[in-house]
Amino acid sequence: MRWLSRFLALMVAVVLAGCGKPDFSDAEKKTIASLALSALPPLKPDTTNRFADVPAAAALGSTLFFDQGMSRDGTVSCSTCHKIDRQFQDDLPQAVGVGHTNRRTMPLAGVARDPWFFWDGRRDSLWAQALTPLENPLEQAGNRTAYAHYIKARFGERYERIFGPLPDLSTVPANASPLGTDAEKAAWNAMPDDEAEDVNRVFANIGKAIAAFERSIEPAQTRFDRFALDLATGAETKGDAVFSREEILGLKLFIGKANCVTCHEGPRFTDSGFHNTGVPPVADLPPDRGRIDAVRQVDADPFNCFGAFRDGAAAACGELRFMVRDAPELVRAYKTPSLRGAATRPPYMHAGQFSSLDEVVAHYAKAVPSVEGTSEVHPLELSDRERAALVVFLKTLSE
Amino acid sequence: MASIWRYLLAGLGLAALLVGILAVVFLTAPRSSLPAGPDVSRTKNTANALFVASFAPERGVVRQGELQSWLLTLKTKAGVPVEGAAIAISGGMPLHSHGLPTSPQATDYLGDGRYRIEGVKFTMSGWWQVHFAISATAGSDTVLFNVVL
Ligand code: HEC
Ligand code: HEC
Repeated sequence: MRWLSRFLALMVAVVLAGCGKPDFSDAEKKTIASLALSALPPLKPDTTNRFADVPAAAALGSTLFFDQGMSRDGTVSCSTCHKIDRQFQDDLPQAVGVGHTNRRTMPLAGVARDPWFFWDGRRDSLWAQALTPLENPLEQAGNRTAYAHYIKARFGERYERIFGPLPDLSTVPANASPLGTDAEKAAWNAMPDDEAEDVNRVFANIGKAIAAFERSIEPAQTRFDRFALDLATGAETKGDAVFSREEILGLKLFIGKANCVTCHEGPRFTDSGFHNTGVPPVADLPPDRGRIDAVRQVDADPFNCFGAFRDGAAAACGELRFMVRDAPELVRAYKTPSLRGAATRPPYMHAGQFSSLDEVVAHYAKAVPSVEGTSEVHPLELSDRERAALVVFLKTLSE
Repeated sequence: MASIWRYLLAGLGLAALLVGILAVVFLTAPRSSLPAGPDVSRTKNTANALFVASFAPERGVVRQGELQSWLLTLKTKAGVPVEGAAIAISGGMPLHSHGLPTSPQATDYLGDGRYRIEGVKFTMSGWWQVHFAISATAGSDTVLFNVVL
């Protein structure tokens, strides 16, 4: 009789012990390994920018990135919004430059690996992207002839060592751009074609230098990566690489029942694609339809991959060439953000709609329909404990 | 003596509980592979059996997250290469209600019934479907390939 009760007690103990140990199926282990930073392949060359890996270009790009002279009134630089000590973002729901913008500043770690830029992907290269805030009236609010004059005056020598001789700008108006005020547009339209082309080339080279700098901004190793590495090698986890039961539950949900990994996949926790996830619009901001309206803009951008300022062969333009141009799922679709570092940089989503990770997880659990288009997210049955576990797991990507 | 029966009964009860727990665990555990697995064969008859179609990556391996060229090879039942076909491509992930992240196109005819399909990209692991609408002198037909990453 004694043995019987002992046997039963032992059975119960075995069952209970099994729950606490981090045991993962082979499929789970494979997924976890695919998320680790060690799975990140080396950054590929960018053949559309032949200065992408030229150190002097990156150094000039870095100067320009932090230079407030690169704006209409001398008060705004890229780093006003992309703050170096804040993961290259600004903790605001919507960015503020010369004016108040309509979207949240995106963090920049690993951005050089993406095919599309901005929340809606309206630019197709890092260097073409960098030109956009320079002339956006709400961001740096400058114009391209003013930038050409400024570069010549301030950085002429450094520029010429990298890109070759600057054009003669003596007859180029001080302020002109095809995108500026009416006066700037008129001045631009009055310029001879070859002069406009010269200015556009200087402008494109500014973007190429800044892009060369941005290529060095890469994600850092986190507690999750140390945990994943130990799991993959079978080593005993030690120190801060040990995950709590709650963190393990969160990880299992992330790659399992909660389906997060379908979009937040790979070592950057993003598929670099666009999805409608039913995030509600912000009242008082202009209508925002996401990817569907960006397609036309990237096709029309003179600095896109098919334009005159690309270096290298057009074979590099596959993403633009085979871009999805009309599909219902592009409506209110936004770029999947990386989740590395997300826990320490609220607010979240393309216009800062949610102020905490709890709100983000609640949004996914509820899966409200999109105001326009169809959300790809389906409601999740998550207990309070499971929601908390997801949040706790996301924090391991910031530690 | 009565107590041994009590223990046995308790034992049976606990065993039943254990079976119950195990059943719940197994029935709710995420499945490691797809239920019943879609047919992933790379060579198929088209829907109305007009053609035999093969679909494979041009360089042999499927690389997730990269633009790739694939080859669609079209033959008749008798093995004659199908030339001059017009090909329209669509697809997506049936379990996630979204389409392909790119719009692949037939960009080249390489002879011997082989068409180069450029711009194919599978952004995430899982079950993808690629659908071809084929129209040639022999008639029009469709074929669906499953790709599981
Ligand atoms: C006023 C604040 C502000 C300034 C100044 C600014 N940005 Fe941004 N940046 C943003 C916002 C907001 C977004 C997202 C905008 C959108 O989706 O429309 C963004 C997006 C980006 C992206 C895209 C990231 C991605 O993952 O797609 C890059 C790269 C970037 N900025 C680089 C720069 C560079 C380089 C400069 C300077 C030339 C610059 N930014 C100036 C606020 C700013
Ligand atoms: C269908 C694809 C998809 C799925 C599934 C998905 N996400 Fe997202 N996630 C996105 C997109 C797209 C955004 C940006 C949406 C926007 O700004 O409108 C986003 C944004 C986020 C953000 C905000 C990050 C930031 O910088 O703003 C977090 C956190 C997040 N997701 C976590 C999760 C978690 C946790 C899950 C699982 C419960 C999940 N996601 C499932 C696509 C997805």
